[in-house]
Amino acid sequence: MKLSKFLMAAAVLAASAATVSTSALAQAKEQFFPLLVYRTGAYAPNGTPWANGKQDYLKLVNARDGGINGVKLTFEECETAYATDRGVECYERLKGKTNTLFDPQSTGITFALTDKAPGDKMPLITVGYGLAASQDGGVFKWNFPILGSYWTGADVLVQHLGKKEGGLDKLKGKRIALVYHDSPFGKEPIALLQERAKTHGFELQLLPVAAPGVEQKATWLQVRQSRPDYVFLWGWGVMNSTALKEAQATGYPRDKMYGVWWSGAEPDVRDIGAGAKGYNALALQHGAERNSKVVQDILKLVHDKGQGSGPKDEVGQVLYMRGLIISMLGVEAVRRAQERFGKGKVMTAEQVRWGLENLNLDQKRLDALGFAGVMRPVSTSCQDHMGSTYARIHTWDGTKWSFSSDWYQADEQILKPLIKSAADKYAAEKKLTRRTPADCQS
Amino acid sequence: MLYRENGQFKTSYRQDQQIFGITQDRYAILGIIAFAFLAVPFLADEYLFRAILIPFVIMSLAALGVNVLVGYCGQISLGSGAFMAVGAYAAYNFFVRVPGMPLVPAIVLGGLCATAFGILFGLPSLRVKGLYLAVATLAAQFFSDWMFLRIKWFTNDSSSGSVSVAGLQVFGAPIDTPVAKYLFCLSLLVVIALLTKNLVRSAIGREWMAIRDMDVAAAVIGIRPMFAKLSAFAVSSFIVGVAGALWAFIYLGSWEPAAFSVDISFRLLFMVIIGGLGSIMGSFFGAAFIVVLPIALNQFLPGLGGAFGLHISTATAAHAEFMIFGGLIVWFLIVEPHGLAKLWSTGKQKLRLWPFPH
Repeated sequence: MKLSKFLMAAAVLAASAATVSTSALAQAKEQFFPLLVYRTGAYAPNGTPWANGKQDYLKLVNARDGGINGVKLTFEECETAYATDRGVECYERLKGKTNTLFDPQSTGITFALTDKAPGDKMPLITVGYGLAASQDGGVFKWNFPILGSYWTGADVLVQHLGKKEGGLDKLKGKRIALVYHDSPFGKEPIALLQERAKTHGFELQLLPVAAPGVEQKATWLQVRQSRPDYVFLWGWGVMNSTALKEAQATGYPRDKMYGVWWSGAEPDVRDIGAGAKGYNALALQHGAERNSKVVQDILKLVHDKGQGSGPKDEVGQVLYMRGLIISMLGVEAVRRAQERFGKGKVMTAEQVRWGLENLNLDQKRLDALGFAGVMRPVSTSCQDHMGSTYARIHTWDGTKWSFSSDWYQADEQILKPLIKSAADKYAAEKKLTRRTPADCQS
Repeated sequence: MLYRENGQFKTSYRQDQQIFGITQDRYAILGIIAFAFLAVPFLADEYLFRAILIPFVIMSLAALGVNVLVGYCGQISLGSGAFMAVGAYAAYNFFVRVPGMPLVPAIVLGGLCATAFGILFGLPSLRVKGLYLAVATLAAQFFSDWMFLRIKWFTNDSSSGSVSVAGLQVFGAPIDTPVAKYLFCLSLLVVIALLTKNLVRSAIGREWMAIRDMDVAAAVIGIRPMFAKLSAFAVSSFIVGVAGALWAFIYLGSWEPAAFSVDISFRLLFMVIIGGLGSIMGSFFGAAFIVVLPIALNQFLPGLGGAFGLHISTATAAHAEFMIFGGLIVWFLIVEPHGLAKLWSTGKQKLRLWPFPH
């Protein structure tokens, strides 16, 4: 009996040693991308295509390019259900496995991780969401709100309305209602809108909607009573479709509604269809881009091989494209880091942070990646972690989204002082100091 | 055979009134506490601290508070999240607005504010019972959701509604590493658990249990229902408020009102039901179960499914968590209403005879 037990133990040890050694070899040239997603909960209809886009792009890079200069991409999803504590738990669990970056996919989780990221030396990429003040790289070394934040988005909307009215001064006396999700995500644009309301003389009416946003009857009754000239919708998940249904029920013209780039996607309007015709939303540079080259590549190299993360007809939709772009920015940051720290080597999080801070994607590079006509050039720097503030408006015509405006850029004159004062306030609260020029060079 | 009190004679009243009468129990508990304080900081890695141990310690404290109210006094409460929120925001306001306020007094003051809030929303318990009381405490939950979203003063006029704390230290020792956070929470847990255990063994505890078992008979023999019920709400809210302050300060660091939504109230109730109503030990079992189960499912379900050839996505694992919780609650309520703690004490009873068959 003793001998067989000894043999069993030896066999188990040998098996475990074999598995350990093979996994050690396999980890030699892999860049691990953690994917915080929400496929359950009230925000799942919008979170799912985003998650599928993120994953499909990583699969595409592996299939089309063989990884980044030979370094294969691996990834793992972690379900957060948009809850801050679960997001923090996912971050802690995947922090040990990854040395790349995190896309929290939620403004609430971003707030929590912004405190932890500097201590853990982990960059956070928050494309089109997160803290608006984190555009200031002098204070927020580890946050990258690339392509836009809620302040740039709100700014572009006000500019668009000004253009529509024939001049920003024509906004005087108008009433703009902000129907927003009562969370850090929804409250973020208020500071900028109040500033612009003061400057141009329009009245800003704040109408919060309790999370998750399925109860909006009272809010839209208020809209009907006060009859604002325009309504800005700052919702996410089921709140968007509910808002449009309520707008239809109370008879508020949908063409006077302008949503943020998180409120302008197919899941929000698909069920209502023609009822939401005329609804406008911000487009974070891209819209629904089924004809773009990157989508064709994904359909050919990922979906046709049966590797797609979601349904085929989702490919090319607005939020799917956003997921693609976010993954693309992460991959390009790693590639840029490799240019400095060693091509074909696995990058550490600090090196990826440098890559994010020195991104220089010109139109030629974007076209080569397959994003021709989808994105404009992005160029980040030490002080500017946003890279590009271009946006445009797209409109739902009942069956699809199509662009209805030119390109706008956020007004730096108004934004720069606001961002600087918000960043300084954050630094004073957390007892941080602004980065030195020497630190920018590292 | 081993777990017997042969030869252990109580020769004084003090010995007779010990919490752990059996020597083996006493040594075991002291051993566990010593292990938790001295050995775990060296054995556990950072992920284990941040994701499992610290939430477990804080949630056990909260479950302890809820158990005092639901398990010992029999007043069903679905507003525990609100008490945690009040404790957290009150501690935050004291910490941030009063210059130089130390951490522990801020947390204790947060607990006292939660006590006041708990007594206020415990007043309906004097008139209603059972399900109706649960609804009244649910009102407390929604009121607190509204209060911290709409009244800007509580969130220090933050534009985003999200608040955070930094620079926590106790007598100069900073609480920033996972080990320090764990030890700080554990110390508070041990002190409060000891106080609570003594409280439920005392006259007040017996009053609570009398109210729970048969409130009319309790009133007849001279126990004042108002005092008993409101004191249960007060003590419970204090403990839950301190746990809420710890949850916000130590675990989350930066939080918004949605962090204390009705989900956390349900989780606490589940912890107490699964762990064991009316048992101090049950709070620990329930908290361990509820904290560890989602993480364990996330880690093992995909592997388990893979062994059977099924691809388990993260969404399926999240849904499975709900299904398993629901199934377990129903099972526990039918088969073993006294929860895991009763299973444990039944096991201990059997241990007294082991290894002899009868």
